[in-house]
Amino acid sequence: MSYKEIIARYAEVPGGIIEAFHAVEKELSFLPEEAIAEAARVFKMPAAEAFGVASFYSMFSTKARGKNIIRLCESAPCHVAGAAEVVAAIEKELGIRMGESTKDGLFALEFTECVGQCQATPVITINSKPYLDVTPAIVPNILAEYK
Amino acid sequence: MAEEMRIVLRNYGKIDPLNIDEYIAAGGYKALEKAKGMNQIDLIEEVKKSNLRGRGGAGFNCGQKWFFAYQTNADQKYVVCNADEGEPGTYKDRLIMQGDPQSVLEGMAVCGYAIGANKGFIYCRGEYPYVVDILNQAIDQAKAKGVLGDFDIEVRMGAGAYVCGEETALIESIEGHRGEPRFKPPFPGVEGLWGKPTIINNVETFANIPVIVDKGGDWYAAIGAPSYPGTKVLTLTGDVNNKTFFEVPTSTTIREVVYGLGGGVAGGKKFKAVQIGGTSGGFIPESLLDTAISFDAMSAIGATLGSGAVFVMDESRDMVDVVAEITRFFEHESCGKCAPCREGTARMNELVGKIKDGKGSAADIALLKKLGGVMSIACLCGLGQAAPAPVLTTLGHFAADYEDKLV
Ligand SMILES: Cc1cc2nc3c(=O)[nH]c(=O)nc-3n(C[C@H](O)[C@H](O)[C@H](O)COP(=O)(O)O)c2cc1C
Ligand code: FES
Repeated sequence: MSYKEIIARYAEVPGGIIEAFHAVEKELSFLPEEAIAEAARVFKMPAAEAFGVASFYSMFSTKARGKNIIRLCESAPCHVAGAAEVVAAIEKELGIRMGESTKDGLFALEFTECVGQCQATPVITINSKPYLDVTPAIVPNILAEYK
Repeated sequence: MAEEMRIVLRNYGKIDPLNIDEYIAAGGYKALEKAKGMNQIDLIEEVKKSNLRGRGGAGFNCGQKWFFAYQTNADQKYVVCNADEGEPGTYKDRLIMQGDPQSVLEGMAVCGYAIGANKGFIYCRGEYPYVVDILNQAIDQAKAKGVLGDFDIEVRMGAGAYVCGEETALIESIEGHRGEPRFKPPFPGVEGLWGKPTIINNVETFANIPVIVDKGGDWYAAIGAPSYPGTKVLTLTGDVNNKTFFEVPTSTTIREVVYGLGGGVAGGKKFKAVQIGGTSGGFIPESLLDTAISFDAMSAIGATLGSGAVFVMDESRDMVDVVAEITRFFEHESCGKCAPCREGTARMNELVGKIKDGKGSAADIALLKKLGGVMSIACLCGLGQAAPAPVLTTLGHFAADYEDKLV
């Protein structure tokens, strides 16, 4: 589905621009400039305001990024449970640094704050699906699911 | 020893959350029926009598708040459930929504009847799409059964902004704007979502409501600490043996939580500190562990109950290292609307980082204290006001960790 069709589905929802952005990201992994401009038209706000919304929320990206979004929790409980070693393991496995995407467009790697799965730290999510008690040793297996 | 008492989690693990018939068989929706048989004022009085205070962190009297919205005349009013749950170390609202979504819907519908609102929103954080699915299924089932009457509920999703848990920022976000807090007053009960009177309560607050209506305000008021009665769902993280959740009466002490239910510090190490209430909570040393977890007892020791997150740290933890993680969090999550918070969180993170790197001086510590004092009164919303608490409480109780690193 094109971003136009996706955004049109939310046109009648008051304040629906955030829901529309979620739906676009689900399809494209990020918010292209044209999609934000389209949302501004549909939700009848200045383009600057729509860009303001897109840039405010950390889950939204205005830059192209990999299809499967890996997010690593860096909040204090995950931090003390060894999140740094997991970062190193994922960076090594994918050959990219935090904030980058793989060349094949398969993965994007980001930090996140607490994702509310703190019973089993450290935690990562891939496309919002949580993986618990992550250790460097199990990183390759987790990523293999998406290759 | 401390015992669990499950009010909020009464059905957790006992019923199929995606089968409304099981909720009804367990007594669900009787409270809503009973509430609708009462007049609105009597119902609000009953909630007031329970002395239920908000479980989202601010501890405001729930019935009192409902009364303000009830009193305000308007053609449209709203009920909003705050499911933003952004405090690091907290996952109790997720447990409630995943384990017993109908209890939240019922609590919201009772509120709708009490204040005269026919429309509710659940604002669920963007990190929980799988909870959004559960909520939508639960709403569909409730509509199909007709149990909600003319009360309609819609789920809206956040998109990764801690500040959107603040009630006026949350309203901005539902309206489709950047989640920047509004000036108060006017309070949401008078002028909230789309300018209409709006009641915003936390997930856990709403989940308490059906039981209060069912068993009565007096019954509830007699549980736990008298000034903050009932139970609290706690989530234990960090260096503790039982990294799990518990629901306990609010008269339970921190020591009972950490050593009783929590099973003590992991790996046979010694206790160093516990931070309660999430990232904005104060750090508590061993000497204060006999404090009850109730709202007022916690305030009295310069800490907070907040969201009920319990983050335990053992003797090997360096407070400056942990606090540096927290100041980074606040710099990232400050929305930037007011200068004391935007600048203050950045400078605070810079100063703590400098000390952590062994480049700080005694003058930096003095500056941190001064900055923290200014922020706690000058910032627009609770984010900036609470951000200095971890820094100031560790400077107070664990000064040696900082002093060891000074040049
Ligand atoms: C920065 C900030 C974040 C907050 N996050 C939440 C949250 O995630 N969930 C919540 O229920 N309340 C949160 N609150 C408190 C709300 O503003 C509000 O007091 C609460 O939702 C009212 O509901 P209650 O009376 O049932 O607690 C937050 C407040 C601040 C200042
Ligand atoms: S602190 Fe990492 S998931 Fe909660």
